[in-house]
Amino acid sequence: MSALVEINDLWIEGRSDEQWNPIINGASLSLNKGEVLGLIGESGAGKSTLGLAAMGFTRDGVRISGGSVRFDGIDLVNASAAVKRELLGKRIAYVAQSAAASFNPAHRLIDQHTEAPVQHGVQSKAESQADGIELYRRLRLPNPDEIGFRYPHQVSGGQLQRAMTAMAMSCRPDLIIFDEPTTALDVTTQIEVLASIRDIVEQFDTAAIYITHDLAVVAQMADRIKVLLKGDEVEEAETREMLSSPKEDYTKSLWAVRSFQRKQKAPAIAGATPVIRVKNVNASYGKVPVLHDVSFDIHEGRTVAVVGESGSGKSTAARCITGLLPPRSGHIEFDGEVLPLDYRKRSKMQLRQAQMIYQMADTALNPRKTIGELIGRPVEFYMGLKGAEKRKRVEHLLEEIELEPSQYFHRLPSELSGGQKQRIGIARALAAEPKFIICDEVTSALDQLVAEGILKLLAKLQDSLGLSYMFITHDLATVKSIADEVVVMKDGRVVEHGPKDEMFRPPHHPYTDLLLSSVPEMDPDWLTNLLAERGIDNIGDAAVDKM
Amino acid sequence: MSIWLQIVLALVAIGLGAWVLRFAGQKATGNKPFFRDMPISVAFGYVLGAAAVIWGIGFYFHPGATFFRWAVQGFVGFAIAAYVFRLFGRHVGTQGTKKLFRGMPLTASFGILTILIYAVVAIFAGLIAPYGQEEILGQANVVPGGDVAFGGNPQFPLGTDQIGRDILSRLIYGAQNTVGIAFATTCLAFFLGGTFGFLAATLGGWLDQALSRSVDVLMAIPALIFALLLMTIASVWSTKLGIPLTYFMVLIIAVIDSTRVFRLSRAVGQNIVVMDYIEAAKLRGEGLAYLIFREILPNATAPLLAEFGLRFCFVFLTIASLSFLGVGIQPPLADWGTMVRDLSQFINFAAFAPRVASAPLLAAGAIALLTVAVNFVVDWMLHKSSGLKE
Amino acid sequence: MGGVLRIILQRLFLGLLTLLVVSVVIFVAVNLLPGDFAEAILGQGATPEAVASIRADLGLDQGMVVRYFSWLSDALRGDLGTSFAQANFASFVGSSANLGGVTVADQIAPRFANTMFLAGVTAAIAVPIALTLGILAALFRNSIFDRATNILTLSSISSPEFFLAYILILLLAVVNPILPSLSNIYDGMAFGERLQKTLLPALTLTLVVTAHMMRMTRAAIINLLASPYIEMARLKGLSPLRVIVVHALPNALAPIINVIALNLAYLITGVVVVEVVFVYPGIGQLFVDSVKIRDIPVVQASCLIFAAAYILLNLLADILSILSNPRLRHPK
Repeated sequence: MSALVEINDLWIEGRSDEQWNPIINGASLSLNKGEVLGLIGESGAGKSTLGLAAMGFTRDGVRISGGSVRFDGIDLVNASAAVKRELLGKRIAYVAQSAAASFNPAHRLIDQHTEAPVQHGVQSKAESQADGIELYRRLRLPNPDEIGFRYPHQVSGGQLQRAMTAMAMSCRPDLIIFDEPTTALDVTTQIEVLASIRDIVEQFDTAAIYITHDLAVVAQMADRIKVLLKGDEVEEAETREMLSSPKEDYTKSLWAVRSFQRKQKAPAIAGATPVIRVKNVNASYGKVPVLHDVSFDIHEGRTVAVVGESGSGKSTAARCITGLLPPRSGHIEFDGEVLPLDYRKRSKMQLRQAQMIYQMADTALNPRKTIGELIGRPVEFYMGLKGAEKRKRVEHLLEEIELEPSQYFHRLPSELSGGQKQRIGIARALAAEPKFIICDEVTSALDQLVAEGILKLLAKLQDSLGLSYMFITHDLATVKSIADEVVVMKDGRVVEHGPKDEMFRPPHHPYTDLLLSSVPEMDPDWLTNLLAERGIDNIGDAAVDKM
Repeated sequence: MSIWLQIVLALVAIGLGAWVLRFAGQKATGNKPFFRDMPISVAFGYVLGAAAVIWGIGFYFHPGATFFRWAVQGFVGFAIAAYVFRLFGRHVGTQGTKKLFRGMPLTASFGILTILIYAVVAIFAGLIAPYGQEEILGQANVVPGGDVAFGGNPQFPLGTDQIGRDILSRLIYGAQNTVGIAFATTCLAFFLGGTFGFLAATLGGWLDQALSRSVDVLMAIPALIFALLLMTIASVWSTKLGIPLTYFMVLIIAVIDSTRVFRLSRAVGQNIVVMDYIEAAKLRGEGLAYLIFREILPNATAPLLAEFGLRFCFVFLTIASLSFLGVGIQPPLADWGTMVRDLSQFINFAAFAPRVASAPLLAAGAIALLTVAVNFVVDWMLHKSSGLKE
Repeated sequence: MGGVLRIILQRLFLGLLTLLVVSVVIFVAVNLLPGDFAEAILGQGATPEAVASIRADLGLDQGMVVRYFSWLSDALRGDLGTSFAQANFASFVGSSANLGGVTVADQIAPRFANTMFLAGVTAAIAVPIALTLGILAALFRNSIFDRATNILTLSSISSPEFFLAYILILLLAVVNPILPSLSNIYDGMAFGERLQKTLLPALTLTLVVTAHMMRMTRAAIINLLASPYIEMARLKGLSPLRVIVVHALPNALAPIINVIALNLAYLITGVVVVEVVFVYPGIGQLFVDSVKIRDIPVVQASCLIFAAAYILLNLLADILSILSNPRLRHPK
């Protein structure tokens, strides 16, 4: 039997800076009917480009420069536009990363659903509409009879993503390309979407290419996994084999990331003064309350991870501590001393003691300043160092963050990689010689390998300088690897608070439990087991709503 | 044959040509995708374009097409000058400027060259101009071209106006007066609008609200109309106080224009103010001056520079229009807008004496050329800074 | 629908408020004159008696606030005052008879109609051409066609209106006498002749407005075509026509309506210079003439009319784009 999709030695180039640069260098893959292939790689690996090329499609400014793509024997590289149009939507469908942006805001969901079947002459409008409602039901969308008659902006992100999967299914295609369909979703929403997608792909025996950067996700979804690195193929194997015994060094390093774990420090001595004490803080944006009676302590040399999904108030808590958002009531103590609520009223000394590292290093570093100026400013501002002394101090800080001073001193942020930029952000915080640093999602914009380097650096600095961290994150794997204590937040409240080991051991608060159980694991049977254990109605948003 | 029938026939012929082009292309290239997937409308466009070019070449040699010939010659001349200038820029200068010229479209190099020439003429007007701007030289209404047979005089290559002033000299001084005044006005508008815009963006709160609402109201009156209204009032003040009206004009246009600058600098400022590095600087305890001058302004230079070009064009055109309407730059200063108005009746001689008609067009063209040049440069800058997102 | 209605009412209220504030600004600006109208009219050599007499006639002896409200309430009833140039001031004829002369409203009304005719003809030519060219340029972006139109429109935007006007006069009225270069239209003229005489100024305005409108349309469409839902539509295998008509057009409506209204508002400014060049008897020419002879009641009234038209068109653009936005039409 010949394969459904056969890609042979495919080369793709993209146009930038007035020249063609390679994106994919001679990739090959083959996919049989009903099989799911996982494409995995870091940002810039070319996985989306390859996925789209499997549909015979290239974005503007991208071209196929060599090789072949065959779908069911049809040569897609040389096919005319009309031939490709006949296949797209009908036999090959696409599920995009952002469903909110990929649904046309001007039309109802069901009208967009029926478009492909009607235009391709597969079904009449009425048949397709009935079928759409049936698919919505199978994908466990709430109110399946009614939800399709809404406009995209009236439906939540996770539901839209499932509606888009239904839309891709509308012509019962032979192949669906899933392009990071759950990346923008919270973990508890993600698990629901994953379960639905897997279910429906199995039911209709559809072949799929599942593109993602998340190993644990791809482990649940794919029969086979292919690893890409900067447009080059690294290796390909059956999922189980790939997970248990990767061959290439790069793949091994990807797998190993998940194993970095620090030992939890002993809890601080009872009665010791915490570095930061947040006490009964209530805060609101305008009239909308966002924090309700939030209290926690951070002790010297400890890392407290603040965990929660988007909208849980974890970043707001950080804004209250720094004084950017003065709380309505409650107070913040530093070393036993009550801080003024508004940062403008704090002394230079108080400001110096608490520093912040941001999620997006791109927006956290002034693009017009050199590295030397960026790190030198707090050195000069707080320590009063100038000239050679200042330069010496900056060079020392660069050494601390493991960057060669002579090489980086005069560079601009735009000349650095994402991980290097984040290191500069750390150095700038260290330059103030603080006791306490807030790390706001510092690793979530980074690829896993780079993120691990940052976590290790932070751990090293903590040990040598005795720093305290407040580590804001939504990623429980990060919590596991670096935290001493954990604060779980939901809807602006602290739902659970304690040492890490206790948190990861039952009994949990039900929300913590749900959060923990929703984080995909590398075990390919994880999703199956979880569903068997809990039942489809006790995961995801459905479960959150029950609380 | 009626004109409509001619048009219909021409369209049919082009349609046929388009079909033939596509068919022949498919056969000749062995059905390459370029011809295979070409819609008939695109083929139609190609044939239409080719027909226009052929017609243009034919018309160029038509004896009655004097102005068309001048236009084509001017266009080709400027294109060659721009090409040579770019070639020059690619081989002379520092590493940075060479790189700049390498990725430069011809329109932008034309723009830069033109702006440079205008700047030189404006600065050294007194040295370049053969006569003074107010000098009356006896002979009035000398025809441009310097050819005695057509009523010209080689002493006055572009002729003289109705009271006998040398047009070339007045054009050169016009560069100094018109461009200089427009430049000063734009700078003033930027100083006002930029200062208040960045203050509003950085401080926010009631100051921002008050400034923004007032600017909204001022912008609800069309600029030229508002300028004319205020100029009426200023003319009364001017006679009363004995201050030349031109000073009032500079102030009025600068204030009106500063509202537009305010809008932009506030928007640019606000985009920068929400950046994390501004938050970091605030949390460090930095003062307002440091925030504006060291953190915000360096990141706002690119959009502000582009806006400066656009605003300059706008100010320049407004001043030229006011002068053209008789309420702008006041005589005896030589100024292009006034010159166009004074010389405009010569246009009516174009049918039998094309040279006579060229005088007012030269003044109007001098205005248009500079604004076109600035716009080309700004367009290129905006395209460059937006990356290749399109 | 309730939400949309509220937003629209809000905008309407804001628009009217702006208009009111603008009227205050215009009134105050005019009343900041040193001395007052009377001196402005009579010049510095006026006798004190003559000045005092005119002051009384115009009610200048009352306070500014009182005068503003009486001016406003008169203006709302259609009474814009008496033109200085046409006024038959009591002091001049030596009697205290009531003011005769031509009222500003009488002067403005027919000219306003003429200007609307010119703007209407321009819009009828410019809007279809601009939209077609803009959409074509967006569809074939970065082609030779796109680059050529970019250069042409940029040049046309940058040129002063009177330059374009004289070029057109040169080509279409002098070298090839097809159209008249003077637009001396009058009441009771046949429509065909009126149209012919209006064509040259309308073409001049068309050149400027089309260029603006085309560039804005192009930018709006390119922005739209880059959105993920257009890519999704293409990946569904829909025909290019269907992608444009069903997926792009409904979303392009708001920006396109905006572009048209903004450019019609722009026409208002452009009309002044063009009317002067072609001696077209519209409100713009009246305005400029009045500015030159300092006929302040006419200047004030025309300015208010221009501002009102400008504000209303912007308001219209705002409201239409709210109505064509599905997010606002179908609230959560």
